[in-house]
Amino acid sequence: MNDTKLELILQHPDFQQLIDKKTRLSWSLSAVMLVIYYGFILLLAFSPGTLARPISDGAITIGIPVGVAIILLTFVLTGIYVRIANRDLDPLNEKVLRGFMA
Amino acid sequence: MKRLSYLLTLLVFGLSSQSICAAASNPISASPRPLNWNAITMFLVFVLFTLAIIRWAAKRTRSAADFYTAGGGLSPLQNGLAIAGDMVSAASFLGISAMMFDKGYDGLIYALGVLAGWPIILFLIAERLRNLGKFTFADVVSYRLAQTPVRITAALGTLTVAIMYLVAQMVGAGKLIELLFGTSYLSAVMLVGVLMVLYVTFGGMLATTWVQIIKAVLLLAGTTFMAFMVLSHFGFSPEALFAGAATTHANGKAILAPGGLVSDPVDAISLGLGMMFGTAGLPHILMRFFTVANARQARKSVFYATGFIAYFYLLILIAGFGAIVMVGSEPDFHDAAGNIIGGNNMIAVHLAQAVGGNLFLGFISAVAFATILAVVAGLALSGASAISHDLYATVLCKGSASEQSEIRVSKIATLAIGILAIVLGLLFEKQNIAFLSGLVLAIAASVNFPVLFLSMFWKGLTTRGAVVGSLAGLLSAIVLLILGPTVWVGILQHQTPLFPYANPALFSMSIAFGSAWLLSVLDDSPRAQEERQRYLAQYIRSMTGIGAARASQKH
Repeated sequence: MNDTKLELILQHPDFQQLIDKKTRLSWSLSAVMLVIYYGFILLLAFSPGTLARPISDGAITIGIPVGVAIILLTFVLTGIYVRIANRDLDPLNEKVLRGFMA
Repeated sequence: MKRLSYLLTLLVFGLSSQSICAAASNPISASPRPLNWNAITMFLVFVLFTLAIIRWAAKRTRSAADFYTAGGGLSPLQNGLAIAGDMVSAASFLGISAMMFDKGYDGLIYALGVLAGWPIILFLIAERLRNLGKFTFADVVSYRLAQTPVRITAALGTLTVAIMYLVAQMVGAGKLIELLFGTSYLSAVMLVGVLMVLYVTFGGMLATTWVQIIKAVLLLAGTTFMAFMVLSHFGFSPEALFAGAATTHANGKAILAPGGLVSDPVDAISLGLGMMFGTAGLPHILMRFFTVANARQARKSVFYATGFIAYFYLLILIAGFGAIVMVGSEPDFHDAAGNIIGGNNMIAVHLAQAVGGNLFLGFISAVAFATILAVVAGLALSGASAISHDLYATVLCKGSASEQSEIRVSKIATLAIGILAIVLGLLFEKQNIAFLSGLVLAIAASVNFPVLFLSMFWKGLTTRGAVVGSLAGLLSAIVLLILGPTVWVGILQHQTPLFPYANPALFSMSIAFGSAWLLSVLDDSPRAQEERQRYLAQYIRSMTGIGAARASQKH
């Protein structure tokens, strides 16, 4: 690809829209994951007692459903990403590709 | 902190340190055990089946693309299963269930660390990697940089990680198989080495992947059965399961709460970083992103992989806590001194016997062996591709090597890696190789990940920055681990560590990122200018897939 073609792609509104959406999606979901995981780690480090408290009168502590929830959440977050990417980003990407292959 | 590093060991190669120590101190496992015929028969069936796969795969493996990436023709579900298979190794299966049995909640914290990296890999790495690379992650790093220095550094990073991982797996495998099958250490290590070389040289990535897929399905099915039987034992009541565990375990209710694993925030974050980004720096994992047709398929692969890994850890949570009651309170599984027969790493195997009798015990033992085989084959393939694709074809022949000679070099490299793995496996039999396993993820997070990340996301990265960044990450990770509590105190028997933290990733990754940045910023050479200019084309390709390598066949 030569420089003028690169500039052309770069300036194209479809490409810019694709980049905007993709960047926003991937970094915001990454931020969510990082906050959840390192929030959990810091909670363990600074306030381990919080997760040790039992739920109601049973043996199960708050920590167990929280752990299970984080496991499920990793899967849900990847699901959200794949769904949005398949539905919104791929058609846009196709459009960009078609525009420049022609 | 000592405990932290010890637990890290358990996680990565659940088999290494403890089974070694256990085998040395435990009179029962030290004496030869009777041959376990159920396990051996089922394992032989597995091996015969995989040999048939090699025959089938060999016919479909002709070009270099076939050999390295199965022609890029795997489906996302197949690739997702293979990735999950690489992650849920014997280490996760035996190591994390042993941790839950031993420490309860801390085992769950560990499982979360492994899992939490996958969404990040999906959001930031997977698609860009597929769009830019062809066979190895060095393709991506060297995309706009000078081929020779960058490929040599990347190959060094790949080989260091792959061989350390291999050695630890070989030693762990030898010990585990000694216990499970009653065969000798020597024969176990030889068998693993020979089968690994056969899978890779004849079947390439296609056979390696199918072995991994079959093992992943068997392991997931076996673990599902175990978890189901545990739940039914407790009347399908989680409350009964956890209450039972707390009543039986010596530490009582403390096992349902965070223990001493995460007490120092710096060490904890360093551990988390190492686990999260170490995964994104493992060459045999990165390679899997090239086995699908395009970025869309790579994305779906990670979705499936994350789902399978998450599901697996939920099962292990049930099995691990269930074992506290079903194995921990059973005198049959203890020796005269009251210790678990074969050491804590045998928890999952004992639980298999408790829920499914001898036949199921044989099945789980065979699956554990299959797991090791599948993982070492992937490691050998990634090491061999670094030699043949990065060093031979690109650096030595400057891209003029024919595909056939490149494949031949790859096969020779596989054979050499196989022999090296067997020799090192035998040499290290009596050594405490625990530190190796801690090293692998930390090294992968420091040598491979920072430079890979910067090459994709930062325009300013230059060849100098990439090379120095990788080497700085490699050296600092190794030095800090040696000076830290694991090696300096644990192995070299000094009084106090020179570096206070067991997990170096926070520091070694910072050093890698910092030096890559500094050297790039200071690089004013004409080459560096050109490299920065080439970022634009790379960026467009990484985001859209324009010009990305295409699949050559479908399976």
